[in-house]
Amino acid sequence: MSPSIVAAKNTSPLRSLGGGDIMAMHRRTQQRRERVIEGGLFIAALTSVAATVTIIAVLLSESIGFFKTVPLTNFFTDTLWTPLFADPHYGILPLLAGTLVTSGVGLLVAIPLGTVSAIYLSEFASSRVREVIKPTLELLGAVPTVVYGYFALLVVTPGLQQIWSDLPGFNMLGPGIVIGIMIMPFVISLSEDAMRAVPMVLREGSYAIGATRLQTAWRVVVPAATSGIVAAYVLGVSRAVGETMVVAIAAGQNTNLSWNPLEPAATITAYIVQVALGDLPHGSIGYQSIFAAGLVLAMLTFTCNILGHLLRKRFREVY
Amino acid sequence: MNHADALHAYEAPTSLGAEARALSFSYGSQLALKNLSIPIGKNQITALIGPSGCGKSTFLRCFNRMHDLYPGNHYEGEILLYPDRCNILSAEIDPIEVRMRIAMVFQKPNPFPKSIYENVAYGLRVRGAIARALLDEKVEQALRGAALWDEVKDRLRTQATSLSGGQQQRLCIARALATDPELLLLDEPTSALDPIATGSIEELLLDLKQCVTILIVTHNMQQAARVSDWTAFMYLGELVEFGPTGRLFTTPSKKQTEDYITGRFG
Amino acid sequence: MAAQSPLRQPPSIARRKTAEAMFKVLGIGSLAIAVGTLVLLFGTLLFQGAMRIDWQFLMSYPSRHAAQAGILPAWVGSTLIMLVTTVVGVPLGVAAAIYLEEYARRNWMTELIEVAVTNLASVPSIIFGLLALGLFVHILGLGESILVAGLTLALLVLPVMIVTTREALRTIPVEIREAASALGASKWQTIAHHVLPYSGAGILTGIILALSRAIGETAPIITIGALTFIAFLPPTPFSTQPPYLSFDWLLSPFTVLPIQMFGWVSRPGEDFASNAAATGILLVGMTLTMNGLAIYLRYRMRKQVSW
Repeated sequence: MSPSIVAAKNTSPLRSLGGGDIMAMHRRTQQRRERVIEGGLFIAALTSVAATVTIIAVLLSESIGFFKTVPLTNFFTDTLWTPLFADPHYGILPLLAGTLVTSGVGLLVAIPLGTVSAIYLSEFASSRVREVIKPTLELLGAVPTVVYGYFALLVVTPGLQQIWSDLPGFNMLGPGIVIGIMIMPFVISLSEDAMRAVPMVLREGSYAIGATRLQTAWRVVVPAATSGIVAAYVLGVSRAVGETMVVAIAAGQNTNLSWNPLEPAATITAYIVQVALGDLPHGSIGYQSIFAAGLVLAMLTFTCNILGHLLRKRFREVY
Repeated sequence: MNHADALHAYEAPTSLGAEARALSFSYGSQLALKNLSIPIGKNQITALIGPSGCGKSTFLRCFNRMHDLYPGNHYEGEILLYPDRCNILSAEIDPIEVRMRIAMVFQKPNPFPKSIYENVAYGLRVRGAIARALLDEKVEQALRGAALWDEVKDRLRTQATSLSGGQQQRLCIARALATDPELLLLDEPTSALDPIATGSIEELLLDLKQCVTILIVTHNMQQAARVSDWTAFMYLGELVEFGPTGRLFTTPSKKQTEDYITGRFG
Repeated sequence: MAAQSPLRQPPSIARRKTAEAMFKVLGIGSLAIAVGTLVLLFGTLLFQGAMRIDWQFLMSYPSRHAAQAGILPAWVGSTLIMLVTTVVGVPLGVAAAIYLEEYARRNWMTELIEVAVTNLASVPSIIFGLLALGLFVHILGLGESILVAGLTLALLVLPVMIVTTREALRTIPVEIREAASALGASKWQTIAHHVLPYSGAGILTGIILALSRAIGETAPIITIGALTFIAFLPPTPFSTQPPYLSFDWLLSPFTVLPIQMFGWVSRPGEDFASNAAATGILLVGMTLTMNGLAIYLRYRMRKQVSW
C-alpha cells in the first residue's frame, strides 16, 4: 500500500471535512473501485473481439461438418445447388453467380450516380443545398431493407416489365437496381468525405491557372481522392454482396446458374433465408449448408472490407 | 537547507511552502525541464517568467502531477511539499492525493457547464462532502475569497458559462479555493482576459497570499513585477535566475535575464 | 492550340461553360434519382397501404383472410425485442466506447479491439443471424426466442453505438477534463461527472440511430427462426403474485414488424400487398422519425457548442 500524503492535511483547514485520515481511506476504496470499473469497461470492449471470433468459429465449425460430406472440388465446380433435393448437388456457383449479378447491377447504378452526386455535393453545391441533401440521403439509407424488397417486387419490376414485356416477376435486374439506390447514400457519403479532405490549396492552384470548377474537380480533386473514392466503391460492393431482403423478396428462390440479369436466380443470402424459413433439423446437411454458404459470403465481404479499409487508411495518411 | 546552491543561500525565502529540487522532466525522449531547483516561499507569490516554450507551464504542471494524465512522461528529482516535506513526485504517491492539496487555475477559464454553485462545490463533493450546510458555507467562503460573491449570490443556480470571461476566471479561482489548498497554481490566468478583469484578478491574488502559497506562470512581465514576491526566469527548460522580484527586475545578475526583461528577446 | 493565345479562345470558354452547366444538371439529376426514389417509395406505400391502417389492423392477429389480419403480435414483438436490445446493447456499447476513448493504451490489444469493431460494422447482417443461430439458439439452447433476437440485434448495432459514442466523447475538450482532475477528481469521476453528462445528447443520438437500424432488421431475425405467422402474444411481463414481474416472455416465440411485412409481401394477391404496405408505412414512419430526431439533435448540438 502506498503512503498517503493526504493525512498531512489534518493540519489544514480541511479538518471540517473529517480530516485527512478519512480522506485517505476514502481514496483507498476509490482506487479499488476505479480498477473494478476499468476492468468492467475493458470486458465490454472485448465483446466486439468475442463476437468476431465467435462468428468465425461458428461458420468454420458448421462448415467443417459440411465439407466432410461435400468435397471442396464439388463445391466449387458443380453447377447445381440442390441440397434439399433427393439427388443433392452442392455447387456454390449458381448462388455465387446470383450474388455477383445482382451486386454488379447495383454497382452499375450506384457507382456512376454516386460519384457524380458526390462530385456535385463536394465541389458545386452550396452549403445550404448540402445541408438539405445530406440528411435526406441519410434517410434514404435508413429505410428498412424489407421495404426496399417490397419496392423492388411491386414497383420496380412492374415498371421494367413495361420495357421488357417478357421479364419474369422475379428477376435479378429489379432488385439489382434497388440495391444500387440503397448503397448510393453510402457511396456518396464516403467519396464526398474523400474529396472534401483534398486540401484547398490544390484547388486554388488549379483555379489560378484558369481551370473551371469542373476541370478542377475532374483533373485535380478526383485524382487526388482516388484511393478514398475506390475505397467507397469497394465498401459498397461489400454491402451489395451482403444485402439479403431485397433479393430474397424480388429475385426469386430458384437456384439458377445464369449471368443474365433478366432471369430469376437465388443469391447466397436468399438461400440462407429460404432454408431458415423452413424447419431443418440441427446437424443435418441442409442446416450445415447455410453455414458453408455463409462462410463464402463472409470471405467475400471480409476481403472487400479489408481492401476498403486499407485504401481508406492510405488515403488518410496522404492528407 | 542542505541542498541549496550558492545563489539561493542568501536570496531565498525563509519559510517554504514547497520546493523543487534538481527537477528534470521529459516527454518521451524529449527533455523539457533540466535540473531545476526553485524554492517556493510560504504565503508568498512566486512568478515564473520566460519566453514561450521555455517550460514554465510544464514546470507548473509538475506540481499537481498533471502530466500523469498523459502517457510517456518521466520525472526526475523531487518536489517537496511543506510542512511534511513529502516528495510529491515519488512514484508511490497517488497523484490524486497531490491534487487534493494543490489546486490549479488554467490559462483559459474552464468552468464546467453546470451551475455556479456546483462548480465551486465540485472539489468538496469529490472529497466526499455531502452535508448541505458545510457545502453552502464553503461555497460562500470561496466565492467571497475570489471577490465574486456579491456579483453572483442571487444566481448561484445559473449556468457558470453565462458569466463574463473575468467572472469565469474568478469562479475558477473560487473553485480552486473551496478545498483549502496549501498551494495554488495559476497558469497564465489572465492571458484570455481584458485589462480590467486582469486588474481585478491581480488584486485578488495579493489578498489571497495571506492564506495560500501561490505559484503563477505569466508571460506578462509587468504582471510579475506587480504581484510577485519572488521571480524565476526560465529559458529553454533551465532556470536562468531566481531572486526577489524587485531585485531581479532592477538589477538582474545574468545577461539573459536582462535581455529578456528589457525586451531584447522573447 | 499552341499557335493561338489561350486568351483569344472565346469558343473554348463557352464550351467549358456548357460542360460545366451540363455537369451540374447531371449532378442534380443523380441526386434527384435518389431523392425521387424515396418519394416514390413513400407514395407507393401510402397509396397501397394507408387505408389499411386502423384500430382493427393494429389490434388483430394475422389471419388467412387479408382483410381480417393485423399486426398485434408483430408490434408487441418488435417493442419487446427493442427493450432487450436497448438494455443489453446500450450499456455494452457505451462502456466499450468509454474504454476505447478514455482508457485504452496504445498496444496490440487496443488495436485488436479497434479492428474487431470496424470489422463488425461491415459484416452483413445475415451473418449475425448465423452467429446467433449457432451460438444462442443451439449451443446456449436459448431457443428461437425474444431474448435471442434482442441479443442478436444488440451485437449488430454495437459498432454503431461504439462509433457514435466515441465521437460524442471526443467533443468534450481537454480543458474540462483537466479542470476536474486538478480538483482531485479520479479518472472515473471525471468521466461520470463531466464527460458523460456533457456528451449526453451525442450519445443519445447514437442510441436512436442504433435502435432505428435494429427495428428494421429482418434477415438476422429470420435466420434465428422467427415465424411469420404468430397468433398469440408473449406472456405478460407483469404478474399478480410477487415479485409482480415475470420474465417468461424472454423465452417466448415471436414475430416482428419487418418479418410480418416480409410474410405478406411473399404472398400473392393485392390484399396482402396492402397489408404489407400498411406495415411498411409504420416501419418507415418509425425509422424516419428516429433518424429525423437524430439529425435534429445533431443539428442543435452543432449550433450550441459552448466551448
